Amino acid sequence: MEVERPGRPVDINHLPLGKVEAHEGGLRIGALVTNSDLAYHPLVEARYPLLATAILAGASAQLRNMATTGGNLLQRTRCYYFYDPATPCNKRQPGIACSALEGINRIHAILGASEHCIATHPSDMCVALAALEAVVQVEGPAGARAIPFAEFHRLPGDTPRVDTNLVQGEIITAVDLPARGFAEHHADIQVRDRHSFAFALVLAAAVLEMDGDRIREARLALGGVAHKPWRDTEAEASLRGQPATEDVFRRMAEIVLTGARGWGHNTFKIELSRRVIVRALTQAAGLGRPSS
Amino acid sequence: MKSERPGTRSWPPFRTPRGMRRKSRGWTVAEIAAAWPALTRIALVINGKPESIDIAPWTTLLDVLRHHLGLTGAKKGCDYGQWGACTVLVDDRRTNSCLTLAIMMDGARVTTVEGLAEEATLHPVQAAFLEHDAFQRGYCTPGQICSAVGLIREGRAHAADQIRELKSGNICRCGAYPTSSRRFRRRCRRSKGGLSGEPLLLV
Repeated sequence: MEVERPGRPVDINHLPLGKVEAHEGGLRIGALVTNSDLAYHPLVEARYPLLATAILAGASAQLRNMATTGGNLLQRTRCYYFYDPATPCNKRQPGIACSALEGINRIHAILGASEHCIATHPSDMCVALAALEAVVQVEGPAGARAIPFAEFHRLPGDTPRVDTNLVQGEIITAVDLPARGFAEHHADIQVRDRHSFAFALVLAAAVLEMDGDRIREARLALGGVAHKPWRDTEAEASLRGQPATEDVFRRMAEIVLTGARGWGHNTFKIELSRRVIVRALTQAAGLGRPSS
Repeated sequence: MKSERPGTRSWPPFRTPRGMRRKSRGWTVAEIAAAWPALTRIALVINGKPESIDIAPWTTLLDVLRHHLGLTGAKKGCDYGQWGACTVLVDDRRTNSCLTLAIMMDGARVTTVEGLAEEATLHPVQAAFLEHDAFQRGYCTPGQICSAVGLIREGRAHAADQIRELKSGNICRCGAYPTSSRRFRRRCRRSKGGLSGEPLLLV
């Protein structure tokens, strides 16, 4: 296809990175654990149901049997133009042009995009990992380091070719889940063109910690809207101490979408995101479906 | 491409080797042969039978099955994991063989649609497909059947909507899903207290 021309692919499947283990009160997920094994792992099902749901919402059973935790993080965008070498794409060929800006951009970004690239990150699983504040363990020639999930993927800026903050020679060895899994109050809402085996147009992963009827802590990650799982910690902080009501969640959605911009075909995603955010938070709070 | 001697060439071979230019008339057979990388021998257990195969590193499991072993049940539908017509069981797990590099599967146990029947007796899923006329042209059928066998082994489909969701990796262009799903449920009912190790499914 000429989209990528790797010099020398290396099969890392024989490395001992295929285990899910207890780690500092949370879990350490080896980079080679498959999506199926992770989603159906008893500790993930019990303590991190948000993650299990998000994984099972993505791809097909066959793909989940092959796809790995590390590989999921490193997925490339599904932008049509990225995969069509007959059209210009700044991700493939830096500095040439972005065909999506004035092309068919229904699946493209409304937040954090740049004039060089409006592609989105395709992973459902990563949106849940962002909400759970996972930590990515990597290892390379300069040693091992830990990257907070929010800092792992990049916005396109003027270097859309670079998807992550991994440096040359580094590989992902594990993804750590913190102790808190928010099993009590979580929701993963996806809107797709097809009920199954389709990438989400918009998805929201919400987790809440409640103090009676009031919100002690809230986190919300969006997928399908940006070059990385999108979080807005300022908007999340606005929920602290508030009652869990639809009005409160609507105001929060307004903050998240303040800088949103549509590009024609995808402008509907702004209103869709607003509704998906409200629905995810409402469901996480245990209030059932919102009125709209 | 640095090395010029056969057997020590680096991958991938489609980069033009040093000193060799792509000609307007294309490459000669000798040039292509000279650019070919060393073959690697892998061992697979295909439908219970050990096989030893020499392959180029980019060969997919699907191409090994179809071209090296003549097992043409698994189909090349889309070649990128959408359709599922290439589904086989690798160590009992449903896998898109078109996305699987054979060289990474050294030592694996592979079951294709050809390996499901026991001599002249069809696998119950195959029999149910026939009984329910669960296909039209049948191109997707080998993948559908292997996927259904894998799904039953996984034991996670307990209702019609779960069957639909967990079988969404197998697309049928003729739209035979209702009959395909019916025969699956029928098959599941029959397995009630039946074959050992298979799950009890409620429909």
